[in-house]
Amino acid sequence: MSKIKVEMTINGDKIEGSVEPRTLLIHFLREDLNLTGPHIGCDTSHCGACTIDLNGKSIKSCTVFAVQANGAEITTIESIAGADGTLHALQESFREHHGLQCGFCTPGMITRAHRLLQDNPNPTDSEIRYGISGNLCRCTGYQNIVKAIRVAAEQLNPAQEAAE
Amino acid sequence: MNDQANPSSAERAAKLQGMGSSRKRVEDARFTQGKGNYVDDIKLPGMLFGDFARSSHAHARIVSINKEAALAVPGVIAILTAEDLKPLNLHYMPTLAGDVQAVLADEKVLFQNQEVAFVVAEDRYAAADAVELVEIEYEALPVVVDPFTAMDADAPVLREDIADKMEGAHGTRNHHNHIFYWQAGDKEGTDKAMAEAEVVVEELISYPRVHPSPLETCGCVASMDKVNGKLTIWGTFQAPHAVRTVASLITTIPEHNIRIISPDIGGGFGNKVGVYPGYICAAVASIVTGVPVKWVEDKIENLTSTAFARDYHMTGKIAATNEGKITGLACHVLADHGAFDACADPTQFPAGFFSICTGSYDIPVAHCGVDGVYTNKAPGGVAYRCSFRVTEAAYMLERMIDVLALKLGMDPAELRLKNFITKDQFPYTSALGWEYDSGDYHTAMEQAMKTVDYEKLRKEQAANRAAFTAGETRSLMGIGVAFFTEIVGAGPVKNCDILGLGMFDSCEIRIHPTGSAIARLGTISQGQGHATTFAQILATEIGLPAEDITVEEGDTDTAPYGLGTYGSRSTPVAGAATAMAGRKIRAKAQMIAAYLLEVHDDDVEWDVDRFQVKGNPEKFKTMKELAFAAYNQAIPGLEPGLEAVSYYDPPNMTYPYGAYICVVDVDVDTGVVDTRRFYALDDCGTRINPMIIEGQVHGGLTEALAIAMGQEIAYDEMGNVKGGSLMDYYIPTAVETPEWETDFTVTPSPHHPIGAKGVGESPNVGGVPAFSNAVNNAFAHFGLTHTQMPHDHWRVWKTAEKLGLTG
Ligand code: FES
Ligand code: FES
Repeated sequence: MSKIKVEMTINGDKIEGSVEPRTLLIHFLREDLNLTGPHIGCDTSHCGACTIDLNGKSIKSCTVFAVQANGAEITTIESIAGADGTLHALQESFREHHGLQCGFCTPGMITRAHRLLQDNPNPTDSEIRYGISGNLCRCTGYQNIVKAIRVAAEQLNPAQEAAE
Repeated sequence: MNDQANPSSAERAAKLQGMGSSRKRVEDARFTQGKGNYVDDIKLPGMLFGDFARSSHAHARIVSINKEAALAVPGVIAILTAEDLKPLNLHYMPTLAGDVQAVLADEKVLFQNQEVAFVVAEDRYAAADAVELVEIEYEALPVVVDPFTAMDADAPVLREDIADKMEGAHGTRNHHNHIFYWQAGDKEGTDKAMAEAEVVVEELISYPRVHPSPLETCGCVASMDKVNGKLTIWGTFQAPHAVRTVASLITTIPEHNIRIISPDIGGGFGNKVGVYPGYICAAVASIVTGVPVKWVEDKIENLTSTAFARDYHMTGKIAATNEGKITGLACHVLADHGAFDACADPTQFPAGFFSICTGSYDIPVAHCGVDGVYTNKAPGGVAYRCSFRVTEAAYMLERMIDVLALKLGMDPAELRLKNFITKDQFPYTSALGWEYDSGDYHTAMEQAMKTVDYEKLRKEQAANRAAFTAGETRSLMGIGVAFFTEIVGAGPVKNCDILGLGMFDSCEIRIHPTGSAIARLGTISQGQGHATTFAQILATEIGLPAEDITVEEGDTDTAPYGLGTYGSRSTPVAGAATAMAGRKIRAKAQMIAAYLLEVHDDDVEWDVDRFQVKGNPEKFKTMKELAFAAYNQAIPGLEPGLEAVSYYDPPNMTYPYGAYICVVDVDVDTGVVDTRRFYALDDCGTRINPMIIEGQVHGGLTEALAIAMGQEIAYDEMGNVKGGSLMDYYIPTAVETPEWETDFTVTPSPHHPIGAKGVGESPNVGGVPAFSNAVNNAFAHFGLTHTQMPHDHWRVWKTAEKLGLTG
């Protein structure tokens, strides 16, 4: 099948590639670019394991073609930690509050939470629960994930907390 | 002699982060950064992809397979069918249950989505294209979907390959679709108890076919190194050593030339115990092509072909006095095993530990019998986050207790309290022959009732019922009580084996000269955090900080033989092996210490992280110092080095238990069930890491919610899978999942080196009946004895409708 050239900014780096028109973005990321943080958990766009950030929105990367992401700005779990390797508050908080077990949903979950907290820096528990309802987890029962996100939000926004 | 400031024992113990500490997990740094290494992340030079062409029929003869168009797809390397595997004698493989299973369908297909041809191509897109183009011509055959008709006289023969083999792996088969009959207990005595009873209740309790559905599906990468003849397979294996042995038996490659590696596993819950056709086909394809071959199933394939759980249809019967004292229990089970008997049970237990079905109650006489039958459904029968068939048994019993309570007009909690095995009866031998190690059921139940204010809840329910009758509300309150006893930690080699392999487990420890260590185990974590908890066990046993102990699992070339992780056996069995290996290290360290301190072996004593001279604690040697000495001093009568290995054959199973109470509100007009409250008290003996235990309980309860409220792998009358994707198969999101309240009591196991019993699966075992009892209880005052799971909106609404409650 003929290939199409694509260009995008991924985790701050300009990337060029050539893909079949039907190549899914998740496969382009995982197989062509070795960004194996986003996972594949289903084939019906339900699980959210493949969640990335595309132009400021949480996107299930199994549900878009790589060509649709041409010119896009993408963030994956690989660049949520600081460039010097320090973990992001969310990553620390997931660890601190046992928000993960097998870890398979975790990259998608943290990437989603990362976006959620940018859109809504001080979510209530029920806003967190709705906010991550596109991401399935089979291990944790969500309770510690919700807690991890809540605590991370408090740490990231101490001022707002105090103002309330 | 060490003269540094000497911190107290307690301070030193806290530093070790040993047992009882909520130590943070060492696995998490890599998982939170997307740096895990799961099987689909593995990429090897020249690697090819395999994919299956699958059966569209549930039962049909294969007339022909035409590969031509598929082979013409650019990038397609090979297509395997049963014809190609036959010369290698690989078209069938042994199952864990002593049956055989077709690797690729041989002349006929027996369930929808059965593996028919294996396409090998340069990438997954080419493979998928070719799968579409494999032309398979079928001649449809009559289908058996309902297990209750499988043994009808005129039922079609499903397994032609064994049609004349009436002696099965578990005794005589009395019909061509019969697999086994297995029983336990005293039939005559139980019949007598039933005949003489003041009260008898009987009910058909079905536990539908469900699927463990971990987030990561099954898969592998097989790589045959033609130069040295070594086959390496990375895969989602809950039992890597068992896979190696099976692979060796099937392929005749000597076992030392097979290396099985379980990388990070994205959840198992029983799904990844079995050996699946994909593994065999990938291995064969790699042997044939000489390059690595990856096979990873998608979610639909996962739900419809690799493993199912339950599908038990249980007719329970309880005899009791008018006062509610249980005098006998009988249960017959019709077990739907699908097309091949691939249950993951210890060999001598074709119905697993179903005979734990007398549960937590002192029942004088009991009998249970299980008939396994073939149907045109996927094979499996795995223990979905439970010990073998324990959750089925607990569900049947806990529902039956509620049915009995209803009949007697008694409160379900009171009836339970009345029949519990009492604390002083332990060790307790059940009517069906299990020896329960320890328990204090009354304390657990009373603590649960007090915490939720059970009495108040029942009062509130009475008010709700009155309001409903008065037309003031359309919502019914249900209270579900469940008390379960699990049997885990399989198990004693004398009666537990899989394919002849005793179900022991093992741990090997090496202490490095500078006082850090590596421990290798035959188990494999799928999210349970073994790297964290096993290091904690060792920290306590050998006095080195947990953070200085690496735990390595899942590589058969380096780990000692073990039977893997399922049935909550890791803590009871491998955890014990770890403690025992640690004790061997300590025993040698004691001799070194005595030598260095110039006293007799018996004159030193262990204190947290050191040996000290008895009565003179200022004279001591820390474990760290002893480690170094082991490598740099010639000690008379002792070999250098500090290593130990322990194979632990448990003397008995362990019996964790728990008391769960669930409160729901049922909207009779929509059938929506809202979980208002769920309280779970678990007693898993000694608690190694409370944080991880709590996490396990949350996860297990959420799976219980899924099973009770919505999961079912259903088939239509043609044998088509209804709902084999996440479109239909229910996995709760954060929105439907309630806040869980957890609690505990601690009753250590007397026969386990550290008293731990295992917890990962208890919440599934106890959670399902608690939910189901709550839904049933909401309607109980209208005379409903039992309504089948899953309690999804439609079914619940149907129940309300049948009772005449809908508008
Ligand atoms: S892989 Fe499941 S939503 Fe993308
Ligand atoms: S941690 Fe396993 S799926 Fe979420």
